Amino acid sequence: MSDPLVNVRDLKIGATVYPPGERPHDIEIVHGVSFDLQKGKVLGLIGESGAGKSTIGLASMAYGRGGVKITGGEVWINGRDILQTSVRDVRALRGGEVTYVSQSAAASFNPAKKIMEQVIEAAVEHGKFSKKDAEARARVLFAKLGLPDPDNIGDRYPHQVSGGQLQRCMTALALCPEPDLVVFDEPTTALDVTTQIDVLKAIKEAIRDTGVAALYITHDLAVVAQVSDDIMVLRHGDMVEYGDVDQIINAPREDYTKALVSVRSIEHEEKAPAGDPVLSIRNVTARYKGTKFDVLHNVNADLYPGQTLAVVGESGSGKSTLARVITGLLPPREGEIEFAGRVLSPDLASRTRDDLRELQMIYQMADVAMNPRQTVGTIIGRPLEFYFDMKGAEKRKRIIELLDEIELGEEFIDRYPAELSGGQKQRVCIARALAAKPKMIICDEVTSALDPLVADGILKLLLNLQKIENVAYLFITHDLATVRAISDNIAVMYQGRVQRYGSKSEVLSPPFDDYTDLLLGSVPEMRLGWLEEVIANRKMESAGN
Amino acid sequence: MPLIAKLLVQRIALGLLLLFLVSGLIFAGTMILPGDVAQSILGQSATPEALANLRAELGLNEPAMQRYFNWLGGILTGDLGTALTSGTDIAESIGKRLSNTLFLAFWAAIIAVPLAIFLGLLAVRFKDRWPDKMISAVTLASISIPEFLIGYVLMYLIAVKLRWFPSVAMINDGMSLGDKLSAIALPVAVLTLVVLAHMMRMTRAAILNVMQSAYIETAELKGLNGFQVIFRHAFPNAIAPIVNVVMLNLAYLVVGVVVIEVVFVYPGMGQYLVDHVSKRDVPVVQACGLIFAAVYIGLNMVADIVAILSNPRLRHPK
Repeated sequence: MSDPLVNVRDLKIGATVYPPGERPHDIEIVHGVSFDLQKGKVLGLIGESGAGKSTIGLASMAYGRGGVKITGGEVWINGRDILQTSVRDVRALRGGEVTYVSQSAAASFNPAKKIMEQVIEAAVEHGKFSKKDAEARARVLFAKLGLPDPDNIGDRYPHQVSGGQLQRCMTALALCPEPDLVVFDEPTTALDVTTQIDVLKAIKEAIRDTGVAALYITHDLAVVAQVSDDIMVLRHGDMVEYGDVDQIINAPREDYTKALVSVRSIEHEEKAPAGDPVLSIRNVTARYKGTKFDVLHNVNADLYPGQTLAVVGESGSGKSTLARVITGLLPPREGEIEFAGRVLSPDLASRTRDDLRELQMIYQMADVAMNPRQTVGTIIGRPLEFYFDMKGAEKRKRIIELLDEIELGEEFIDRYPAELSGGQKQRVCIARALAAKPKMIICDEVTSALDPLVADGILKLLLNLQKIENVAYLFITHDLATVRAISDNIAVMYQGRVQRYGSKSEVLSPPFDDYTDLLLGSVPEMRLGWLEEVIANRKMESAGN
Repeated sequence: MPLIAKLLVQRIALGLLLLFLVSGLIFAGTMILPGDVAQSILGQSATPEALANLRAELGLNEPAMQRYFNWLGGILTGDLGTALTSGTDIAESIGKRLSNTLFLAFWAAIIAVPLAIFLGLLAVRFKDRWPDKMISAVTLASISIPEFLIGYVLMYLIAVKLRWFPSVAMINDGMSLGDKLSAIALPVAVLTLVVLAHMMRMTRAAILNVMQSAYIETAELKGLNGFQVIFRHAFPNAIAPIVNVVMLNLAYLVVGVVVIEVVFVYPGMGQYLVDHVSKRDVPVVQACGLIFAAVYIGLNMVADIVAILSNPRLRHPK
């Protein structure tokens, strides 16, 4: 075997942390990781947030984000240890030999400059190509990556193209200087599933055609299985398992890897509609103020007590707008919302306190949904005061009950949100919603920002609470695995319309309409060769293009 | 009409409306000034008949509304009226003074604005290291010392001790550009020191704010050096706030330099205004006030227009 392109030995990375109420101090976040990568091969780095995978990826460019410092080990690229070379040499490496594709192309492109200018900048700066040649190469890459109008798309500004297109432009940016290694840092995580497929395919083909080596960082094992040759599983800055893709997916050795492979094992029996619906959405059509287009067209759906209606769709399908209509933030143009046997006032301001109490909400971003200066006890106690006039010992007793229900316990009562993990924060938000004793909770992408294993815990908790409290959920999500795990009924939304509606078993069984087929087929499956299969069998172009 | 044109028209219309309202305020303000012009012209020993005659002659007996619209109409046709005290045409005497003020402001701006922005960029490049700290310390010190004190200190050191430049900034039409520049060197230096800190610190803050963005990381990972990252990628996104503070300081250079004019005996607008306030020459005060207001409103309007134009989302809609 020839010398590897990349050879990482015992890499140690540290960071300065600023915990509340303590002195800032240094901690180690990656504890001695080693791997190597041959020319033209793809290594997948996989793990949950905090595993150190992005940090390792950036270390291969001798870069530390924020206060992150590489504290030990060696990173050999093209025969030299890049941690020991001069600043000038590191600059030649970045953007020349090693390039980077970030998770959010929308944030990583400079809004003030044309796409072409940014795509060719590194190639020209490092003297790899003249401006003219670099532009020609960029156009070829645009075409190869399946971008529309490859000859002119470079003249646009980043805000003038869609998210999926911009992510492909970012890949072109990374490939333009003919690097030896590309670091892909969650390049498809921010995209809708149907768009993700196209970007994934484009990246895979570009890697194959240019013969470049890649580090592919993601938390989604099913995605990494489609593009990698080898996979390294990371957890808390340690290597858990390292092997070829076939072994990791089909014969994982470590328990943690097995848990990742079999994640989303929740079995939820759907319940038949019983009694009168707690929520009826009737012929709702809505548009935003000052616009000329309806974003919801004649939407109908019912939600029964103690059950879950999953509203599933991609970004722009109108699912969050529907939540705004139900909560009264956006009064509908036509139609009405019937809740617990009464027609709700379309406008939030004229709803009664009971309307507000019985219809609670949980959000995607738990940390911005809580006041960082209030303790958990204050946060959960507020609805108890507001709706039930509870005070003193009575309130405290109820708060502790709620903390027990969300499996956190009394010791959390005086903590601040900053001291909680992402999953714990979401649990506190759930307790706050439950404190109002609602008939129904709108859950807006409540697990999307969480790691798979943590999200699983939240879903189990929600199902458990549903049994105890008989509360109904309107569960908004783009993730079909979540839908399978939690729903009794499903509404598939597409371009502001309910495309498909019915019980879980009906909606998820064939025959499908074209869109539902595309959506279901786009969810990455944890087996090799899935990507090629699904691309070959598609009936419809994805919505993101 | 495209969105950007609509925004620009709106902004300009707003500026004009503002100017109109300010003209009303200025007129009302000078109306409630204590004292009587006729009395101050004729002195304490004037007979009541003489005072009444003068008042009638000056039009002071007409209703305020009518005098306001006469005044406004005059301004719109370029007639600022005549000074009560000297009987000269205000437009003519202001014209000369204004051009002197603009001359001084122009040269102060030519030096101060690029220097402030350059120092701001330098401070960002060497953030929290000694160049940054030194730039901050020096500019803060210079803004904290009263401007007349800086003026006298510079005058003592450079004009009296070193004898490089004159201490009195008298200029007239007969002087060559070189002589004029030499004459105003000291006031320009003082003004530069006074406005530098504000612009430099805003430039630093605006660019540091942009430096947090993800696309700055992209630029760093392209292997660009520090100045390339700042110039190419951070600066274009920080233009709006920087232009805003630059325009405020330009306005100050035109409107707020009366102290410097007095210190260096410079024949500018500020002195002219102060003289006529003390003489209760209302038409002159009104005219100066309106010109100052127009400068402020106009420069701020320019800042907003630049902010609109520098936004790529508005320049290139989807």
